[in-house]
Amino acid sequence: MLSRVADSLYWMSRYLERAEHTVRLLDVNMGLMLDRSGTSAEGRWLRVLEALGNPPDLEWEGDHIQLVRTLTFDDEHPASITACIMSARENARQVRDELSTEQWQRLNRLYHQVTEPNMPGNGNQLEEFLPSVLDGLHLFQGITDTTMTHGEGWQFIQMGRSLERAFATVKLLDIYYHDFFTVSEEAGGNNRYLEWIGLLRCCTAFEAYCRVYTADLSHEWILEFLLLNSDFPHSVRYCIDGLRQALLSVRQSSGRLAADELSRVAGRLQSSLNFAEIREVLEQDTAAYLRGILRQCNQIHDLIYGYYIHYSVHAALSA
Amino acid sequence: MQLRNSESRPQLQSGRRPQLDHPVLDEYFLDHAFDEMFDEQGIVRPHYASLINTFTKLPKEELQRRKQSADLSFLMQGITFTVYGRDEGTERIFPYDLLPRIVTAKEWERIEKGLTQRITALNAFLRDVYTDGKILADGFVPREIVYSCRHFRREMRGLQVPRNVYIAVTGTDLLRLNNGEFVVLEDNLRVPSGVSYMLTSRRVMKRIFPQLFGDYGVRPIEHYTRVLLSTLRSLAPEGRPEPSIVLLTPGIYNSAYFEHTYLARQMGIELVEGRDLVIHDNVVYMRTTAGLKRVDVIYRRVDDDFIDPLSFRSDSMLGVAGLFNAYRAGNVTLANAFGTGLADDKALYAYVPSIIRYYLGEEPLLNNVETYLMTDPAQRQHTIENLDKLVVKAVGESGGYGMLIGPQSTQAERDEFRLCIEANPRNYIAQPTLDFSRAPCLMGSPEAPLIEPRHVDLRPYILYGDKVTIVPGGLTRVALPKGSLVVNSSQGGGSKDTWVLNE
Repeated sequence: MLSRVADSLYWMSRYLERAEHTVRLLDVNMGLMLDRSGTSAEGRWLRVLEALGNPPDLEWEGDHIQLVRTLTFDDEHPASITACIMSARENARQVRDELSTEQWQRLNRLYHQVTEPNMPGNGNQLEEFLPSVLDGLHLFQGITDTTMTHGEGWQFIQMGRSLERAFATVKLLDIYYHDFFTVSEEAGGNNRYLEWIGLLRCCTAFEAYCRVYTADLSHEWILEFLLLNSDFPHSVRYCIDGLRQALLSVRQSSGRLAADELSRVAGRLQSSLNFAEIREVLEQDTAAYLRGILRQCNQIHDLIYGYYIHYSVHAALSA
Repeated sequence: MQLRNSESRPQLQSGRRPQLDHPVLDEYFLDHAFDEMFDEQGIVRPHYASLINTFTKLPKEELQRRKQSADLSFLMQGITFTVYGRDEGTERIFPYDLLPRIVTAKEWERIEKGLTQRITALNAFLRDVYTDGKILADGFVPREIVYSCRHFRREMRGLQVPRNVYIAVTGTDLLRLNNGEFVVLEDNLRVPSGVSYMLTSRRVMKRIFPQLFGDYGVRPIEHYTRVLLSTLRSLAPEGRPEPSIVLLTPGIYNSAYFEHTYLARQMGIELVEGRDLVIHDNVVYMRTTAGLKRVDVIYRRVDDDFIDPLSFRSDSMLGVAGLFNAYRAGNVTLANAFGTGLADDKALYAYVPSIIRYYLGEEPLLNNVETYLMTDPAQRQHTIENLDKLVVKAVGESGGYGMLIGPQSTQAERDEFRLCIEANPRNYIAQPTLDFSRAPCLMGSPEAPLIEPRHVDLRPYILYGDKVTIVPGGLTRVALPKGSLVVNSSQGGGSKDTWVLNE
């Protein structure tokens, strides 16, 4: 497969995952604003901004509806949902013939939905609009899985999604750990409980969590579930497992078995998550542990690019 | 290509109607242009009898149903124009006409022989000009015509190309004159397009009119992509028995991008852009996830000017730096070769008959359209005196740019062209305004369908590898608006399937 094609598919997938994460983050936090709680609006939305990587030129100015509108519709802001979907579609356009017609049409429809939000049927209410975008994103994923050959191109899509999702989950954990996990029950009270539900909802994890641990929330269990659960699609371990599988599959089909460093780094991360115990994670400097995972995710991204996409001609010729 | 009707032509002769009475033919008038379906007396030509019979017998609801079914089929195959911008996603189908254009075996035989002769001679000419230059030394073609041509590539001098084939793919535009004779209007020797429409509309027609198609005994064209692939393979550099072949496209913004993806898919070869290729030690590689993979043959759909920023236009973003050197080194084949545009220069066109005589010692089987060279004082004088009756074209342009259509021009435009011609005679030629043939097309509304004549041209595709192959058929382009002589798709032109009969 051409490197350019792999590159476009990978980024298409990452942008869509990013859009999905942003939609959920905004939707959940708008919902939480309706509850009267001890959490200040400022603290909440600053956290949202931080979870989105503190996009430049975007500041908390006291009006959360305005902020949500900007993060949804303003295509000038690279972090907005619209901008993400536009970038995803631009990448898809470059490799139109690698995608199925169904995929392309679905993505196009999503694009029109976000770029022309006043079209009939779109609903002017953000509360209705955000879930409908989420539906569109889910449809695209389903169509991708059922209509596209699960070959190398599909594997690059999986890679993009897994990496983006793992990154987003760890980032959220990092922020919440700092604000809510270390505070004692007396200081946080009900407030803390509400925020924990918010965190789980941001990862669509509330119901799945309850099934494992019941509705008893504890910071230890939440961390364990979102970090180390082997079966939940938004847990970091699940994402890294998926990433590793896609990497192995590409390694095989491309015949470039020498992707040593990439295998090593991804394999090490996967093993560390597979064999970790939450007690150990909590005993050490947890924040540093989480940031270590983020760093490894970035490293894996760079290595994928170094091996498959932007390798130097010299390295390729001497290999 | 662009042609307009001349206002000096006789008005429609009233009363000249086909000798066939049916409401669907109510608007069918014959004029002095050759009619593909009716002869001078208005009698149906034998090879159109069964077609018109079928269409007049179909109830209009059934006709409408088939038309819709064909539309859907085009849409489903993705044979669409996609307009970038706000409307994208609302794909428009390629305009086409449901009635096939029929070419008899005898007519085709002459076209096939004539085109083979013409391409063989033009290829020999390119080889000669870029190596020995005998034809120039012998004075059959003036040196100044060759060396002043914008598409002449001095860089090609002395270069040995595989099998001496310069023009692997050609799409020649033919017209049919009043007397029924096919003539060549243009040789497109650079990057001719449109063949995907020929292939896809055939597939649709077979599905919509299986019975009619089967009864007619139409010669197949489905092998085009296979022959194209083996043509490209036969041109691989020596010592590369299993050549890797790619199609080089300018990218998604090119209007023929659909065709590029279609052909690449049909041939099972990789579709690459300039940025996918790298040159190292004069060898071309493509960047894949499995590392660099060597490329042996490039079916390029990028113009000469843009293909290598090191050798040609340095501002080109579409090309590959160093490609020309790799080509000169013989490590990669380009189809078509560089510099083939020399032989489809509109001034050189006037010399093609002598080129055929010079290399093959034969008389041309397909004639040219009469052409006046502005470099010749007498012909220039004649042209300037008759600007209101002639078509003037700039030699290096195509697609209808840089043209004066005399009968439709204003005095100011004619004055401007006269000054241009006098300032740079080499840059212009003149031709008479032509009335080319018309073929029946399905017009009117779904409630009241009508068959009316419309002007058509014909572009067969010629492949030249170890031998010359012309797939029996081509792209018949139609000027769909009434009275129009413009067949370009950008200006209301469409296409129709072309049926070449077995006998």
